[in-house]
Amino acid sequence: MTATHATTDLKDAEGPAGRAGPAKVVAPHRPAPSGRALRTAGFHLSAGLLSALWLLPIALVLVTSTRTFDDIAAHGVGSRPHSFTFDSFRQAWVDGGQQRALINSMLVTIPTVLLSLGLASMAAFALSRYDLPFRRVLLLLMLGGNLLPPQILLIPVSKLSELLGIYDQLYALIGVQVGFGVGFYVFVLHGFMRAIPGEIQQAAVIDGANPWQIYWRVILPLARPALAALTALSFTWIFNDLLWAITVLRTDTQMPITASLIGLQGQYVSMWNVIAAGSVIAAAPTVAVFLRFQRHFVAGLNLGAVK
Amino acid sequence: MPPVVLAFVLVPLLVEAFWVFWPALQGFYLSLTSWDGLSAPKFVGLGNFSEMVHDEVFRTAAINTVLWLLLFGGLSAALGLGAALLLQQDRRGIGFYRAALFLPVVFSLVATALVWQAMYQPDGLINNVLGAIGLGGWKHAWLADQDTAFYAVIVPALWRQVGYVMVLYLAGLKGIDPVLYEAAKVDGATRLQQFRHITLPQLRSVNAVVLSVIVIDSLRSFDVVWALTRGGPYHSSELLSTYMYSTAFQSLRLGYGSALAVVIFVLAFGVIASYLVRAFREADS
Repeated sequence: MTATHATTDLKDAEGPAGRAGPAKVVAPHRPAPSGRALRTAGFHLSAGLLSALWLLPIALVLVTSTRTFDDIAAHGVGSRPHSFTFDSFRQAWVDGGQQRALINSMLVTIPTVLLSLGLASMAAFALSRYDLPFRRVLLLLMLGGNLLPPQILLIPVSKLSELLGIYDQLYALIGVQVGFGVGFYVFVLHGFMRAIPGEIQQAAVIDGANPWQIYWRVILPLARPALAALTALSFTWIFNDLLWAITVLRTDTQMPITASLIGLQGQYVSMWNVIAAGSVIAAAPTVAVFLRFQRHFVAGLNLGAVK
Repeated sequence: MPPVVLAFVLVPLLVEAFWVFWPALQGFYLSLTSWDGLSAPKFVGLGNFSEMVHDEVFRTAAINTVLWLLLFGGLSAALGLGAALLLQQDRRGIGFYRAALFLPVVFSLVATALVWQAMYQPDGLINNVLGAIGLGGWKHAWLADQDTAFYAVIVPALWRQVGYVMVLYLAGLKGIDPVLYEAAKVDGATRLQQFRHITLPQLRSVNAVVLSVIVIDSLRSFDVVWALTRGGPYHSSELLSTYMYSTAFQSLRLGYGSALAVVIFVLAFGVIASYLVRAFREADS
């Protein structure tokens, strides 16, 4: 993440001549270096404490996932560990069905991300680069669909997927996730593509490019930062979804990882080592995406924030 | 207009119409019916809504939803802004601190819920800590107690949301022109005055975004409650969203469930409308 250079320069600088105006070239009446060291220590103390508080639950779940059930039963889930094993992971992965669930999640998440960003980038391209009638109305209509509370859609969507014969199949989940998400992606990509100068497109037109070529060869490559940000963001959203999954799926073996985690909780009541291991498995992919694409991910969160 | 450009708009629009607009219209219609999902829906007019007036669970869920909006929303905004103010400085190790606060954002609410469920256990970390610092009397079965379950559910949701709000505010703070602070310093403004008269007004647009995000997220909140308490014990942590889900898919009262969804929509409507109006202006310029 980039830091706020400009503002902090001001705060930490000793107010040299150039900055504070010509009259202020007098000797610095600022606190001695020790005062500054104190401030630094104070900052690290408070920020460190806050971070430790935030990381504590994560550390706890990691520790719990490597304890044995007997250890937890004897000492309690909140005690210091007295054992170390990776057996809980095997239990969650194999017996708890998390392997299957993780595959399901990937089978839903990857096509959904590709499809919704593909469709959204096309719509955003057309709406931002061509003078279509009602373009703003269309754009807001699509965004409005994404802002609807999903609850109003749950019952009709579950009935719709029954009608189509895809109830309890991953296709139903992909369908509704694409439909529900696409409006937001269109809106974000539209804002991004609109900022691309028209001359670039005109040059391509003069070279004889058709709309598809302009979309594929010119605009899409230029929209890559926004696409990367939305990819990172939508991956975590879709991967972490629970509500749509339990609305259109029924069978345990079809469930993605979040829903399977709830099943694990019911199946391994008070076996906290297995539940913790399951949580680690369910969180690992999004944490990996975050660590790998941190910059894009954070940019994506801000993209959603319209000024 | 080249036909391919038209198709570029129409195909995604049709996909959304098929999975969102058409179902939404059906949802509004179903709220006026009584339906078990098998026989044909029976039109009952506003019957479902008049039933809500006497439904105590609905009242609890509605009050909890508003309370959730205020508590979860207010605290995540305040803590997120606080964290952003603390962590906006350019210091060594700042990236680590930010990442620590931000990491929970990528967890699913279900995983978050389970992590905290372990902390809340009678023999869990929270009770152990209370015992160790001499507050053993405060020990609790946090999730099983009607008086504490609701608040015990808010904490994990907050833990996950604060980092998100922080990122929005960090971006907003970065966008403030440093010249403003410089001028204020020359005028002898204190830190507090700078915050009050520069930072807060400059963050106005971010505040509007944070408010929208929080209201929409609050009304959608489902996963964390479902994973921790399913709305119990005795509906003490019930939200409209969880009540809607259990009414529709467990009690199979699809008409009444749709009516509850309409209530959620009505609560969200103001925010949705203002978001769209702002977006409209944005698209205009």
